[in-house]
Amino acid sequence: MLALTFDRNIPAYALVKAAGGRPDVATSPLALLHLEDVEPPKLPGSDWHRVHPQVSGICGSDIAAITGHASFYMDPLTSFPFIPGHELCGRLDDGSRVVVQPVLGCAVRGIDPPCRMCAEGRIGLCENVTEGEIEVGLQTGYCHDTGGGWGELLVAHESQLYEVPDALTDGAAMLTEPLACAIHAALRTGAQPEDTVLVMGAGCLGLLTVAAVKTFTPPRKLICVAKYPHQAELARSLGADLVVAPGEVYQRVRFATQARRVDTIGNLLEKRPVLLGGADLVFECAGSASSLSDSVRLARGGGKVVLVGMPGKEEVDWAPIWQRELQVTGAYAYGVEANGKRTFDLALELAPSLKLDRLAGPFFALEDYRDAIEYAMSSGRLSAVRVAFDQRSEA
Amino acid sequence: MRPGAVVEVDRNTPPTLFHYGEGFRLERLPLGSRIIYPPDPMDPIGHPERAIRRALTKPIEDDPLKDLLRPGMKLTIAFDDLSLPLPPMASPDVRQLVIEEVVDMAAHAGIEDIQLIAAIGLHRKMTADEIRHIVGDRVFTAFWPDRLYNHDAEDPADNVQIGKTSNGEEVWLNRRALESDLVVYVNLTLVPMDGGQKSMSTGLGCYRSIKEHHTVHTLLNSNSYMHPPDSALHHSCIRQGQIIEDAVRVFHIETSLNNHAFPAIANFLQKRETDWTTSDQAAFYALKQATDLAPPDLKRTMFHSMLAPYGMTSVQAGQVDKVHDKTLEAVRSQMLVPVEGQTDVVTMGIPYLGPYNPNSILNPVLVVCLGLGYLFNLYKNKPVVREGGVVIMSHPTRYEFHSVHHPSYIDFYDEVLADTTDSAEIEKRYEKRFAEDPWYRQMYQQSYAYHGVHPFYAWYWAAHALAYLGDVIVVGGERSTVHRLGFKAATTLEDAFEMAEQTVGRYPSVSHLRTPPLLLAEVE
Repeated sequence: MLALTFDRNIPAYALVKAAGGRPDVATSPLALLHLEDVEPPKLPGSDWHRVHPQVSGICGSDIAAITGHASFYMDPLTSFPFIPGHELCGRLDDGSRVVVQPVLGCAVRGIDPPCRMCAEGRIGLCENVTEGEIEVGLQTGYCHDTGGGWGELLVAHESQLYEVPDALTDGAAMLTEPLACAIHAALRTGAQPEDTVLVMGAGCLGLLTVAAVKTFTPPRKLICVAKYPHQAELARSLGADLVVAPGEVYQRVRFATQARRVDTIGNLLEKRPVLLGGADLVFECAGSASSLSDSVRLARGGGKVVLVGMPGKEEVDWAPIWQRELQVTGAYAYGVEANGKRTFDLALELAPSLKLDRLAGPFFALEDYRDAIEYAMSSGRLSAVRVAFDQRSEA
Repeated sequence: MRPGAVVEVDRNTPPTLFHYGEGFRLERLPLGSRIIYPPDPMDPIGHPERAIRRALTKPIEDDPLKDLLRPGMKLTIAFDDLSLPLPPMASPDVRQLVIEEVVDMAAHAGIEDIQLIAAIGLHRKMTADEIRHIVGDRVFTAFWPDRLYNHDAEDPADNVQIGKTSNGEEVWLNRRALESDLVVYVNLTLVPMDGGQKSMSTGLGCYRSIKEHHTVHTLLNSNSYMHPPDSALHHSCIRQGQIIEDAVRVFHIETSLNNHAFPAIANFLQKRETDWTTSDQAAFYALKQATDLAPPDLKRTMFHSMLAPYGMTSVQAGQVDKVHDKTLEAVRSQMLVPVEGQTDVVTMGIPYLGPYNPNSILNPVLVVCLGLGYLFNLYKNKPVVREGGVVIMSHPTRYEFHSVHHPSYIDFYDEVLADTTDSAEIEKRYEKRFAEDPWYRQMYQQSYAYHGVHPFYAWYWAAHALAYLGDVIVVGGERSTVHRLGFKAATTLEDAFEMAEQTVGRYPSVSHLRTPPLLLAEVE
């Protein structure tokens, strides 16, 4: 079958890293990602199903891996080579439409009794991701044995499959996975009604975090930082009370929170001001050093910063975290939320009302992966939110 | 002195100068338009020091200052801040001359407890250099910083409520002034809005007393605030001033200037275009080329370093109201230009400088304040433009703010004007929050920021014009900024006239206010 594969390769890694994320280098024959004819993944057991990806998104974490910006922390939790693609809508052999909850926890791996995390429903934190009947891997799309959305076929355990309601198009259904991430972040953090909440970044994850926070934990004021006009418009329509540009974020957050601002005068090495006060809760959805550095300065003393976007090895000043007694926490994946519901069920319930179609696309064929990756790397500038592969004609 | 004039544009009229921020435009006005020119500068008083001494020894309806001074008394000298005059006056500033005379007299009388307070009201604090420029080296060296300082309208310990007017308006005053045996106020009146009872009630007041008259209602009922008898703003200030006069002994000194606003290097700005000599034309083209090419920061540095060779035209001292009447006479005789009837359209060039941006940026809110507040209101009887008419202003109107001087202006533009440009709505929904914002308060007290509420007042200043006009068009303004202000943007003056026709019909009558130098149109 045709698939894009990602392999560990030190010279290739050095090349793409040195190229600083240039798409032409990251998709060249000398890079980490290749379009190949590979053996289809085998069903590990009777409770596994073959899934034919219809559409599969190119996530920020995929881009980070392709361009050599992903953290090496993930290395031992991944089995190579693998077929990327963990945001997808596919069809089973019987033609039914499904989305795949990609976490490869104890249930998927056939481990019983489950680890304590899976027992609590926090499958994203599974302690057995190196064990069981399939290879190492945190998720479908990072595991050698399962395949991924960027290939013509993948295999998924029945516990990973969720039927797609008719109200959702393939593109909208594809975004169930990031929406579940956003819902998990919102519910895990639990903004209070009197809070001012700041969402840093208005890419796919940032926009869906806006929607999730607005739906599940509506605060007094929800502010989103958006770089591009289409992102600003979408953020507003998904529930942001205020959308601000990155260059004005300190000014606007100061005003919204009636904080005091102390500017650095004459320090050429640090232009960021300090806010005395700030947002009660900051969702960092960009995963960049710059955004992280802003986040810890924009959260009020005693406030909370939630890392929703996947960070790499970023240089961040820890002094504000220390001095402001911030709680910095991650929000990874999904599972069963405190209300007893599975995050994917919540996402599928919410998705139809969000009109997620507007966030999906443009779509590319696997063969056009170079164009697709290049487009995805400039998606904000090109007015796109989630660029994806479309394999519907091949299915 | 050549009086002001109203000149009709004909085929021989040279292009007309429009100020355009830190630059200029030469524009062809439609035939039949009229250009209103200010009078030439009055001859200044030959010996200002002598005139000051005479005013202090022969005050109006008051005792000579010398008789009011006695050893052991507490004397406070308050003076107007850098919002006057515009541009700043070349040294010596008239306030320096007056203050030096008062200080000398006080020293001669054996007074030791003397303090000088810059009556900034809710304006930004002046820097040491700015204060030094106003009071001169001698006074500055002797008194700065412990006995020469800026008023602080936000220090609870420094401001005292001294009563309420018959209309229920709170009156607050600087504590040092209130506890003084004598307050000598040293004023500089550039336009009829300045001076009189407004000096103390505003300059040494705080938000709680200033907000009593700096309201949309008051400004809508000040037609115009450049003519105090018709100004509800001034009526309120007078009521407050009378309470102040009952509470503290005030000796009021006022000065007026001629309108010699530009130094020799920019002498062409002072003249009518028909009077431009070859060297004036050369200077204009050189300056125009420079300002067309230079970046805004460089232009600002250049323009703000310009000092005006103003000359003093009068000085009088004594009882506030009587003194002020005399000052207004002098000011009017310099500024007044009789104008016959109103026109459909008024054009005006907005210069680089208004009262709230010395050494700073004329941000978009201040463009509105200067154009539709100050320049629109430079009339007596009725505005030059008819009701429902159009004002066309020229200014680059860039999204530019001085982050130290105008922090609350930035938020006013981004938060308030993004929501509404309606003055009454703005006042109702946003003013209190800005006035009480702790960061603005800190910036006002500890840095050099205008008070948090100040952008509101700048906006209210234009409330009368905004309610009165049919449309406002900005020529050469940054489109997005002009739209945020609620106006229309035109690339050229011709485009602006075409746009104006939608409001006032075809072939509108047009007046151009060729100012600065400032004028006061007496419209019959």
